[in-house]
Amino acid sequence: MAAERDTWITGIGLISSLGEGSEPHWKRLVEGDAPVVDNKLFSGYIVHPLAKIDFDRQIPKKGDQRQMEPWQRIGTYAAGLALSDAGIAGNAEILGRTDMIIAAAGGERDTKVDTAILTDLRGSNQPDALLNARLQSDLRPTLFLAQLSNLLAGNISIVHGVVGSSRTFMGEEGAGVSALKVAQARIAAGQSEISLVGSAYNSERLDTLVNHIFNNLLLKGEFVPVFAPNRPTGFTTASVGVFLVLESSSHAQRRGAQPIARLARVRAANFRRQPGAVEAALTSLVGDSMAEVDATAAAVISMATGVEPATSEEARALTKTGLPVRALASRLGHGVEAAFPAGIAVAALAVKAGRLFAPMPNVPIEEKTVTPLRQVIVTCVGHWRGEGLGVVEAVH
Amino acid sequence: MAAKEYLDSAGRPVVAATGIGVVTSLGQGKEDNWSKLTAGQSGIHYITRFPTDGLRTRIAGTVDSLFDRPVTASELSHAFARLAVREAVAESAINGKHEFPGPLFCAVPPVEIEWPAWRALAAECDPAKPVDVEELIRVAASKRRPDWHVNFLIGAVAERLAEEFGTRGLPISLSTACASGASAIQLGLEAIRRGECDAALCVGTDGSVHEEALVRFSLLSALSDSNDPPEAAAKPFSKNRDGFVMAEGAGAIVLESLAHAKARGARVLGVISGCGEMADSFHRTRSSPDGKPIIGCMKNALVDAAVTPEQIDYINAHGTGTPENDKMEHVGVAAVFGERVKQVPISSNKSMIGHTLTAAGAIETIFTLLTIAHQRIPPTINYKIPDPAIPLDVVPNVARDAKVHRAISNSFGFGGQNVCLVLAGEPA
Repeated sequence: MAAERDTWITGIGLISSLGEGSEPHWKRLVEGDAPVVDNKLFSGYIVHPLAKIDFDRQIPKKGDQRQMEPWQRIGTYAAGLALSDAGIAGNAEILGRTDMIIAAAGGERDTKVDTAILTDLRGSNQPDALLNARLQSDLRPTLFLAQLSNLLAGNISIVHGVVGSSRTFMGEEGAGVSALKVAQARIAAGQSEISLVGSAYNSERLDTLVNHIFNNLLLKGEFVPVFAPNRPTGFTTASVGVFLVLESSSHAQRRGAQPIARLARVRAANFRRQPGAVEAALTSLVGDSMAEVDATAAAVISMATGVEPATSEEARALTKTGLPVRALASRLGHGVEAAFPAGIAVAALAVKAGRLFAPMPNVPIEEKTVTPLRQVIVTCVGHWRGEGLGVVEAVH
Repeated sequence: MAAKEYLDSAGRPVVAATGIGVVTSLGQGKEDNWSKLTAGQSGIHYITRFPTDGLRTRIAGTVDSLFDRPVTASELSHAFARLAVREAVAESAINGKHEFPGPLFCAVPPVEIEWPAWRALAAECDPAKPVDVEELIRVAASKRRPDWHVNFLIGAVAERLAEEFGTRGLPISLSTACASGASAIQLGLEAIRRGECDAALCVGTDGSVHEEALVRFSLLSALSDSNDPPEAAAKPFSKNRDGFVMAEGAGAIVLESLAHAKARGARVLGVISGCGEMADSFHRTRSSPDGKPIIGCMKNALVDAAVTPEQIDYINAHGTGTPENDKMEHVGVAAVFGERVKQVPISSNKSMIGHTLTAAGAIETIFTLLTIAHQRIPPTINYKIPDPAIPLDVVPNVARDAKVHRAISNSFGFGGQNVCLVLAGEPA
């Protein structure tokens, strides 16, 4: 095998409850702004709704916007920001060979239609036939396309012209880890020169919320930061659109693009979840990366969800590293498939700035800091399964 | 470093298939499937899984033999996949029972909470008012169904397979719509070529024929509504083709580097010699009228395999039987193969098994490998009225013996997904 090539992050597109773009996000994180939360929309369950976004700016055709449900609009918008940030938006020559790997969830229901059908089915003595009739008359023909997992990628191809290749990974947090892992590995091995990688999640949707409620996985009532002492179990879902342009350093240099950071490594893992397994397996996984970082200039950005016992076990594993720790879900919320890519994006901003963002008050694990910061280990332990880790480094 | 005979012309490891497994509406296992496929049998039938009253399309290639209770798409997809994987892993004899020596790439249908679950929630909502968000949340919170949570997680199918078969690392669940199965194989091929692993388990599975899925495709005017008789509905490349027929099944392939296969004395079923892809930015469901992405993905595959169109003996078509797909596939193969296109046999397995959606690329790759192994091409059945605009040798209605050393398998999907695989017999 040829020597591994360097993978640079040359573009970031990020939208969330905190706003739009890298700089506003970084500013709010550094200033320690309180997270944006809503517990009215869904009977006390906490979500982090998307900031107001003028979608026309990245998705100019209303016709395109109408063909998407919100999660696809969020992702398509963030993808456009990333391409602009990397300086390749509208560059047909480069976009024509840009590879794409997306971490996506599926379907986003039209709740109005569904609840109306459910109400009528309840009162019907022929509910099966009525369901068939109502599905045929009430579903928008294009709703299906707005729901299909791979149609976020499809919309990015159509709106932004990214057509080198298109792959969609699914399966919650692990999908975000695998998307970055495969994209980085392809670039390192010379199978790809430039890739658009990212994800989107809409917190303001009933269907996935209900599914998490089935298993008591969500935080209700008052927002409490992840890793706070005696925090109740559960995550708070986040609206997040995040995309990264990854590029071989040689490709970036040829076109004169500046790196934001280097994506040095991504590890994916599949802990067999038993009590204690997360602590043991994460200790070993992070341990492998500790050998690759300079502990005097490194920190951890954790994507811990707040679901127990995994989050307490992760805290114990991270404490052993002695590195400063920040939990991004305490600021953005948890973006499921988008969680890990968001962590990598914020880690890139941090090493570029050479510092960590503000600690959460009253969260002991976040008390330490480090300057200058040159390396960040991003950890991801899924709410149910799927784990991973990334190492992001300063280039200069 | 592998010996030279185990590397391709670009110096990458040659990747072989050493085990395959398949489930379709024709049956379970490759022998059953192959004999019916080459006999020109159809697996399409009337839907009995759910009431079809009032639906335009009442037929599908469902696989109904495994459960005698209502199940979710996730449970069905998992059940099909594990049968296919069991067959493939057994044939490859690559490992002990619970320890596959490589990663899992699993194409699965996107899943979501299904109507039976929503209806169960609605039944417990306050009857005095319309079903609303607040009530659904209240009932969901009181029900506590962890089993439903897992069933409606997209990652669950691959996770369960990974656990049962002991694949390494984090399994990858993926979707590229109707090209998904081919993308799973492509990911395995690339991982072995990178030297990340010696073997990979590549799976495509789909058990998602339920009422809403059927209605959704129907609303997009994608489905045949030639319900009577069901077995005549799928008619790819015919002038009277009127859409595809939804179907279910799974295909599983054990890939490994040829060096690894040879070192352990494994039987090589064939070689994945190349893969190409190209996305389409024209439209969400239609191909660019110039066929550029379809042409591009086939050309990329041939370049990746370092072969010319003249070296291709057979085309396993995407061949859905929609007016649009078959027309554009003809445009594509005509551009790539030139004048020779009329002499290269091209057939559509979907004429018999229907469109197995997420599983199609994997199942049809397996059938292409069997075509090469048996030197016999399965037909395109229901070919009664040729379309003069598509002058191809579609191997009409009857299987044919032929010299097939190398073939391509096409997969095209909604969202502009195009993947083409180049497959060959065991290297001399």
